[in-house]
Amino acid sequence: MTTTRQPITRRRFWFFEFYRSAVGKKWVMAVTGLILIGYLLAHMVGNLKMYLSPEAINAYGESLRDLGGHLVPRTHLLWIMRIGLVVATYFHLHSATTLTLLNRRSRPDKYDERHYAAANYASRTMIWGGVIIAAFVVFHLADLTWGWGGAEFVRGMPYENMVASFSRLPVALFYIIANLLLGVHLYHGAWSLFQSIGINNPRFNEWRRWFAYGISAVIVIGNISFPIAVQAGIVG
Amino acid sequence: MDLTLRVWRQSGPGDKGRFEEYPAPGIASHMSFLEMLDIVNERLTLAGVEPIAFDHDCREGICGTCGLMIDGRPHGPWEGTATCQLHMREYHDGDTITIEPWRAKGFPHIKDLVVDRRAFDRIVEAGGYITVSAGSAPDANLIPIPKEAAEYAMDAAACIGCGACVAACPNGAAQLFVAAKYSHLSLLPQGQPERWSRAEAMVDTMEHYFGSCSNHGECEAACPKNISLDFIALLNRDYIRAKWKNRRLAGQS
Ligand code: FES
Repeated sequence: MTTTRQPITRRRFWFFEFYRSAVGKKWVMAVTGLILIGYLLAHMVGNLKMYLSPEAINAYGESLRDLGGHLVPRTHLLWIMRIGLVVATYFHLHSATTLTLLNRRSRPDKYDERHYAAANYASRTMIWGGVIIAAFVVFHLADLTWGWGGAEFVRGMPYENMVASFSRLPVALFYIIANLLLGVHLYHGAWSLFQSIGINNPRFNEWRRWFAYGISAVIVIGNISFPIAVQAGIVG
Repeated sequence: MDLTLRVWRQSGPGDKGRFEEYPAPGIASHMSFLEMLDIVNERLTLAGVEPIAFDHDCREGICGTCGLMIDGRPHGPWEGTATCQLHMREYHDGDTITIEPWRAKGFPHIKDLVVDRRAFDRIVEAGGYITVSAGSAPDANLIPIPKEAAEYAMDAAACIGCGACVAACPNGAAQLFVAAKYSHLSLLPQGQPERWSRAEAMVDTMEHYFGSCSNHGECEAACPKNISLDFIALLNRDYIRAKWKNRRLAGQS
């Protein structure tokens, strides 16, 4: 093999050409990942209102629909954000799938013996952790947004819905396990995204790891506190 | 000391390949790993067995020709050394050593422990060069370069192109090699004229042959020259910048 090959000629609109390359897909994965991290953080912080009072979180849920106040028609801004999230999720999953298939093809033969020196559990389970998290997100939406979860569901009453859902032990456990997996996923992703978009400076490279630790710890601890609080009877 | 080798034997690309065990008695601890292989091969030849094919040249860690997966570690257990710099004092009497070739789609198998690494040449041809005015040699230090930049470029230039990064990568990616070859030119003033076309050409050529970097960091751990992942970030950043760049302002960098 190895005859001289020309570089791929890229002719379409520059962004599509960029996305066609693996480096471009990693860039898109990083940027969409950052958007999703931002969302996760806001979602977790918003839900902390559950500890204030049932009225506080129900009013918070309602005010999300009023985002933008009188500037935009009701729920429009919320829908724009939702569509943005769906698009970000789509590209995050699309680039992940394409790159995983490429990487499998690029390493067809296994070593008989291989000792990893740097790759860790988090970096090696990104794809399957990601699949489980995606499945969890679908379940979570069905459970607490669409109300298909089986527990008595009342639209616009997030506090009551959450308590009803989390008081079922298997559901509470599933939320906790899924969030721990999310933490593992975020631990690699929140560091890796800096490399993928090329943010690297000896002055704060150390800080990138702490960012990944911090972001995954804050999101996971916040999220799993909800089912634990319901199960422990602190909230209910 | 007496050792046992478990060596990957494969007569050619069509062959399925298998491990074979060879006893290696009477190995001295001051031998290098490749000298040990030479001795085993000599004995195999005398016994009428085809010797084990492996790549080697300088045997002092500068040419990048040697490269073996030794007990599941590229270039063996020592950090920051090539296979040829590994010495038998690492091993003890009775040890079994497993030796495999680099395995990646971008490195097609040739024979036994030898793989075809010409994909690296294609990547360097695509952009790993600078334009200079021919003629008499210019004076040294004619172009002022900050010490930090010169040293950092030198860190990248330490790459010997052995392919351990590809061999180590769970994705069969060559990002560390390409990043090193890209950076040692693009960090210096002499490398600026082609900087943006180099970023595109080298990455696009790389992607013909190799997988994609997912930041495992195995390459950095395997590299006999300890080349840093930081260069991968530089390559990634310059690739996107190359897409944005108004090339008429290239000199403004
Ligand atoms: S033989 Fe030249 S680097 Fe090992």
